[in-house]
Amino acid sequence: MPSTTAPHRKRDDAAGYADVPYAEKQRLFELVKADPRYPDYLYGCYECGICVAVCPSARFYDFSPRRIAQAAAREDAELFYQQFQEDIWECSQCFSCLRCPRGNNPGGIITIMREVAINEGMASAKEALEGYSRIIYKIMSTGTQVSPDMLQPDAFPDWGPEVKDVSVNLDLWRRALPPETHHTTTTGWAVAERTLIELYLIWLETGALSMIKEVDAGLHMILEEVMEERLEEEGIEL
Amino acid sequence: MSADPVNVLLTKKRKFEREPDGRSIDFHERVFELEQAGEWTVHRVPEDHIEVETKYGNVKKIPRGHLWHHKSCGQCGHIPGYSTSIFWIMRKLGYDYEDPRDQTSCTAWNYYASATSNPAAQAAVALRNFAAAYETGFYPLIHCGTSYGHYKEVRSELLRHPDLRDEVRKVLAKLGKAMVMPEEIVHYSEWLHALRDEIAAVQVRDFSQIAVTVHPACHYYKLVEGDAIYDPDIYGGQRTAVVTGIAQALGADVRSYSTWFDCCGFGFRHILVQRDFTRSFATMRKIEVMKEEADPDVVLTHDTGCVTALDKSQFAARAHGHNVGVPVMSEAQFAALAMGAHPFKVCQLHWHSANYRPLLEKMGIDWQQAWAEFQQQLDKLENGGQQFVTWADVDA
Repeated sequence: MPSTTAPHRKRDDAAGYADVPYAEKQRLFELVKADPRYPDYLYGCYECGICVAVCPSARFYDFSPRRIAQAAAREDAELFYQQFQEDIWECSQCFSCLRCPRGNNPGGIITIMREVAINEGMASAKEALEGYSRIIYKIMSTGTQVSPDMLQPDAFPDWGPEVKDVSVNLDLWRRALPPETHHTTTTGWAVAERTLIELYLIWLETGALSMIKEVDAGLHMILEEVMEERLEEEGIEL
Repeated sequence: MSADPVNVLLTKKRKFEREPDGRSIDFHERVFELEQAGEWTVHRVPEDHIEVETKYGNVKKIPRGHLWHHKSCGQCGHIPGYSTSIFWIMRKLGYDYEDPRDQTSCTAWNYYASATSNPAAQAAVALRNFAAAYETGFYPLIHCGTSYGHYKEVRSELLRHPDLRDEVRKVLAKLGKAMVMPEEIVHYSEWLHALRDEIAAVQVRDFSQIAVTVHPACHYYKLVEGDAIYDPDIYGGQRTAVVTGIAQALGADVRSYSTWFDCCGFGFRHILVQRDFTRSFATMRKIEVMKEEADPDVVLTHDTGCVTALDKSQFAARAHGHNVGVPVMSEAQFAALAMGAHPFKVCQLHWHSANYRPLLEKMGIDWQQAWAEFQQQLDKLENGGQQFVTWADVDA
């Protein structure tokens, strides 16, 4: 087992993970490694640092895509666990790191790690998604992510006074849009009822809805109720 | 070459040479093989198309018309002049299209933000939309850069993993949908690029005095990099040709800057719940650098998130005394303006934050009169018994 005082990691007691058994960290690493995409995302690391140079998150956080690739390549479950809890939610998912001359995809490894963190209900996932529930609710229940009525001055005070203009005039300004599909305020465009039902079936059949059970039980319950009720109305049995 | 910082940097850079590359093999053959094997139907690009070259020299077919508009959450939601301009240009050029209600978001904004989904769900969402397009006979045109990049990623995963194809097939069967893969995944900016000369031919406003900087969208050319358009005549083939190509065709003064490869700072989750990062990156690594090195009149980009991050981040940065203050829009809105589109009825610039009025003046547009015209239209909605503005109102 690697030393917990290795210089490339915080001490486990300082990081707050002293009570997590190594076997659990190893199990989480194996879940990432078992993802079918993993072999396409990691080929080894030259340690050249190109991924760090192009990474936006590396400029403003204590974050490094190179460390992600290295921890994975070395199968360092201890460091990997620390990254699960402290690093992965800082990634911008811009995939600039695909510039890697070795063909690695550190951003892709992080995508897989995030999925595992969500499925396992890890503390970092719960923390990262605080304040984000309404977005998940919107995309899963309506089929569009950001709706015009989300543009509220109290939600986006840093976007300038134009947000208030939009908010005050929302209904009128939406009616002034020539595309017929755009006359909506609660969704980005008008999504057909049948389309929404198909989307609900996708969330339910692929287990995507179940994923949020561990990180936000309340949201999961609400979404499940919305979807099952709608499907029931259509006479669709699950 | 001048001693500007960007040019000094360029002389030191290793140059990209267009050669076949193992990371970006041409996927078309495999797509058709799977059709032969009965795994899916390939939605073929219509006969009326233009051929362009991608990064490693492969040919990509860009259909001219008969397009199914795969809309973008953020564009429709808070930059509605973006999608409206794409439609308007297509109408103006006389190409038919379908603006479907049988379309969901690609859901990738949420996926890259929260990971509350999985490859099977993401692929099923993509193929459900592709099947919906196929059923209409119209060819899918993807408005959002992230949808486009994500769908290319989904295609790569489906091509590599038979188990994933089987899983998605079972899900789609429950929806009564067929497995359909488009021959090409086409972004609207590729359509504008391919048709740039046709667009420039109907230009009515002179943009020769308009200085432009271009932010190329990460999810357009970094995700599945080989399937993005490059042209040896644009930046010597060192950067993607889209956006710059049409800006040049419209006669604008396209200027370079050193941080062109940097992302916009959108971050997917950051723009929603951790915007201090987005604001810092968008202004300090992009807008301020552009202002200092290129002094543009406008920043053009081709993705939902980039317009949002670069435009909306400037207000707070200005309050802190940063060197910001340049309008940001999609090249679709820019092209529409060149073709004579109304800045508010079509381009909907009142949804943007950074001050665009000096730009309109430089374009020869009386924005005060244009705003008054827009207000008249709103009056008709409020008091004239008209419920919605129609294309006929805008075209009048």
